[in-house]
Amino acid sequence: MQKPGFFVLAVVFLVSSGASTRASRFTAPMVAPGSVEGIITYTGTPPKMKPIDMAKEPSCAKQHATPVMTESVGVGPGNTLEDVVVYVSAGDMGGAATQPVTYEQKGCQYIPHVAAMEVNQPLEIYTRDQTSHNIHPMAKVNAEWNRSQPPGAPPIKVTYEKPEFIPVKCNVHPWMHGYFAVLSTSHYSVSDDNGKFSLKGLPPGKYTLTAWQEKFGTQTQDVTVSSGGTAKVNFTFKATPY
Amino acid sequence: MRLATLQKKFVSNLGVILLAMVATSLPAQQTRVGNIDGHASAGKKEYRRSCVGCHGPDGDGLGENAQWIDPKPRDFTAAVFKCRSTPTGTLPTDDDLGNTIHRGVVTTNMPSWLPLTGQVRADLVAYIKTFSPRWSQGHGTPITIPPETPTTVESMLRGRALFQKMECWKCHGPAGHGDGPSASTLTDSKDNPIRPYNFAAGTRFKCGETNQDLYRVFMTGLDGTPMPSFADNLKPAEAWDLVHFLRTLQPVKTPEAAAWKTWLKSNANSLKPIGPETQ
Repeated sequence: MQKPGFFVLAVVFLVSSGASTRASRFTAPMVAPGSVEGIITYTGTPPKMKPIDMAKEPSCAKQHATPVMTESVGVGPGNTLEDVVVYVSAGDMGGAATQPVTYEQKGCQYIPHVAAMEVNQPLEIYTRDQTSHNIHPMAKVNAEWNRSQPPGAPPIKVTYEKPEFIPVKCNVHPWMHGYFAVLSTSHYSVSDDNGKFSLKGLPPGKYTLTAWQEKFGTQTQDVTVSSGGTAKVNFTFKATPY
Repeated sequence: MRLATLQKKFVSNLGVILLAMVATSLPAQQTRVGNIDGHASAGKKEYRRSCVGCHGPDGDGLGENAQWIDPKPRDFTAAVFKCRSTPTGTLPTDDDLGNTIHRGVVTTNMPSWLPLTGQVRADLVAYIKTFSPRWSQGHGTPITIPPETPTTVESMLRGRALFQKMECWKCHGPAGHGDGPSASTLTDSKDNPIRPYNFAAGTRFKCGETNQDLYRVFMTGLDGTPMPSFADNLKPAEAWDLVHFLRTLQPVKTPEAAAWKTWLKSNANSLKPIGPETQ
């Protein structure tokens, strides 16, 4: 596939660049990054999500034609699971992600329900609502803070230093519930409403992937990513109704 | 890191930077309350005498009395503290902890430990800081409280508008009785039910009794509780306006309450009620 000359050049590059974790960036032009994609499903019976009564907050209630459901287990067509974080837990952990992750409060809901980010990746929290929220991430490993955000307030910009799954809530609107998934890798993906995830730009090599669901815990699988290839990995969680 | 961003924010203020550098350069375990050095080894003995019953031998708030107590005793292993002079998400200063032991926490089971000597209280602060590795980061930089603005009815009216706009009433109630629409749903960070402060009770505040203490409560937030920090959204003058208005909610003889009462006599009808906006 690759010309031997290119390979030698890549090795020279790797050695001359100090063989640090950054070395993979230098070799990138020589070895095409691969990807991993797959679907998250469940077996068993997941808990039924309950309708949320937003009557106490009319400005939010009127934004929803039908009642909003709780989101702790997001179920899609074909027994798929939404909002599952898939990330590299061993292997190339990627570089320092600088793209800000946005988290929105809209209609007294968190969008997305689960926001994944690398440690020290900028997180920007916006409010689109006509009511005052307080953002209260209940961190245990990182520092716990609690800040108000009235209508029209500028975004709250923060970072987290240590990996942790942090439940987020608004005390004023107790049904509001979400998660920050702070990871020690920039290779992460959150499954969409069809349970699909994809990790792109992975340097070829061996990886351990972890999938995390807020109610069902974590699972891991090993996978090998080839140059320019797409590996398929599916996770299946055992769902319990309680 | 949070300290670092804070330092950037005040980069023009050399004094603050120097202060912060001094504060962070002290070894984490060194404790100084007022002008007294605290010693953790001495504090441990006193802790086992006075504190262990509620806060537990491991400092996790699970002492043998804890099951009977509400709100629950502080868990020192989490290192999250209500009464701080430092921004939300940061550790309190030694003096903050010393002040809490000194004054106690009214409306809870934490009594004032004034009968202990200053040295013993400083030792206890030193010992409390051994329960969490977070203390190796050092404490936050205390917020700056500018001089209080004049106590005028105009200031109270602006404060009242903020009470409406910031939706303090959602928890504290339209009249400050702690009975807002969200009050019954509130839980602390350990999922235990917790009540918002009832201004009509006329008790001191948990974190002190002066106007400055009140200012500090909503500009730093009471970490571990639903009470957030409003530091991002209130300018110092607005914070003082809110302090002046909150004083009028208390059945306590304060200059604010007196001026407010006089003004209300002739102007009560001009006030729009606090609560949900009428559509």
